[in-house]
Amino acid sequence: MKMDIAFGQYCEGNSILHRLDPRAKLIISIIYIVVLFLAKNVFTFALLTLTTMALVILSGISLRVIAGGLKPILFIALFTAIINIFFFTGDTLLVDLKIVKIYLEGLFNAGLIVLRIVLLIVSTSMFLTYTTTPLALTDGMERLLSPLAKIGVPVHDFSMMMTIALRFIPTLIEETGKIMNAQKARGADFTSGGLIKRARAIIPIIIPLFVSAFRRAGDLATAMECRCYTGGAGRTRMNVLHAKWYDFAFVLAVTALGAAVVLMNIYLPGYTVTM
Amino acid sequence: MAEIKLCDVNYIYNKGTPYEAHALKNINLTIGEGITGIIGHTGSGKSTMVQLFNGLAKPSSGSVLLDGRDIWEKSERVREARFRAGLVMQYPEYQLFANTVYEDIAFGPRNMGLSEDEVNKRVIDAARFAKVPEGVMNRSPFDLSGGQKRRVALAGVIAMRPEFLILDEPAAGLDPGGRRSILGGIKEFGKASGTSVIVVSHSMEDMASYCDRIIVMASGKIIMDGTPAQVFSRYNELIGVGLDVPQITRVASALAEHGLDIGRDVYTVGYAAGKLSELFDK
Repeated sequence: MKMDIAFGQYCEGNSILHRLDPRAKLIISIIYIVVLFLAKNVFTFALLTLTTMALVILSGISLRVIAGGLKPILFIALFTAIINIFFFTGDTLLVDLKIVKIYLEGLFNAGLIVLRIVLLIVSTSMFLTYTTTPLALTDGMERLLSPLAKIGVPVHDFSMMMTIALRFIPTLIEETGKIMNAQKARGADFTSGGLIKRARAIIPIIIPLFVSAFRRAGDLATAMECRCYTGGAGRTRMNVLHAKWYDFAFVLAVTALGAAVVLMNIYLPGYTVTM
Repeated sequence: MAEIKLCDVNYIYNKGTPYEAHALKNINLTIGEGITGIIGHTGSGKSTMVQLFNGLAKPSSGSVLLDGRDIWEKSERVREARFRAGLVMQYPEYQLFANTVYEDIAFGPRNMGLSEDEVNKRVIDAARFAKVPEGVMNRSPFDLSGGQKRRVALAGVIAMRPEFLILDEPAAGLDPGGRRSILGGIKEFGKASGTSVIVVSHSMEDMASYCDRIIVMASGKIIMDGTPAQVFSRYNELIGVGLDVPQITRVASALAEHGLDIGRDVYTVGYAAGKLSELFDK
């Protein structure tokens, strides 16, 4: 069965981006996102486009994959662009259609906002989805949030839950395919009929799927207990994360990029985006 | 008599990606009445082939004919093929979903658009054939034991009164008593109703005692096709493709090596016992 899912798009590789510590990647992503929203004028956007392109080259991931990853946001990007083009009031009137007026500033604004969305997706997927396995990611998240455990937040439990959930996504997709086939073999029809009929057609899939998910959950819990799993306290790890010099270097570089963007906003005014 | 025919069928998974796998290679096959067994190692293409029979999978090239008509001739009519070639998937008990056993068995016939009277008749017949106890018809299928659930799932397909009953590993995970009872029931059903049966399995013992014809698959091709006696007499080839033969065939083969030849085509214990006592009498 064909089913595209957004995560699990990890692309095997050994670039510097792949080797970065997941904790560093999480921190960098957050800073990068903030920086993207701080960017106000053409110059800062140009700088960020360059750095994002540099990231793409560094990661060694093919442009086709990246373009494929952008498909899901096509609609959002288009929608924001249209809103900006038609409802932005500026000084230079380009087209006057009585009801709607298109201004040069509107076009300009739309372009930059779409660019921002694209950069946002590309850069975060460079650091997170394409170069980091979901497991490394939850691991990194657990370590980053571990201080919260001191005030009673069950960080380990949440990350274990997330790890298990990620682990079972492919299993459940496979299971769904099997159940769909079994019901199709009994003449179930998922593709024709109105909305209500189609919604009803889902029942013979959802119920067996839930039953088996609960059964699996029970089995897994038993298996974990058999191996004396009692939660996070005192648990050691097979792969201990060690921050390397380039992790710090990357965090520093992205922070510097942020500083540069702030300075450029102040000292290079003009062509500013409004949002 | 109904007949399923595969003509030059190829099936390729994930065509055009790095994960491309050629699951079936130029298969030509006709299956008619009786019980036909399909055996093969994991990944030999047997489960894929089964899904071609009822149109769950569409061949990459070649055609699937049901009584001489291509089931993919009109894609929207492929559902008819599913009613005529009823498939019971592996571990079918995991597909049960309805509130009661009765409702679950009625799912297939209702999808066929039959009248309630006809549905009722078929459900009761199917439950009897699959040996679903009458007392459980109004209970939830989730309350039943594993073996009973499997019978209910089997009844759900039988209730469509298919011309072909196709079963993928019907006895997997059952104890010997359960195996005998379910396979025996299927054989009985095939005889009584005139339904052709196709069984996929890798249990040589089961295949030897229930099938009229055995097809052996290896890496996407049919390598043997014949009666159990013909197939199991090719002991070395079967071992060569990673399959086994019934234990009694192995015993006969070992006896032959030690100079006590009761023939290579031994595949049931009863037959072997007869042959051996013949030898003793001599």
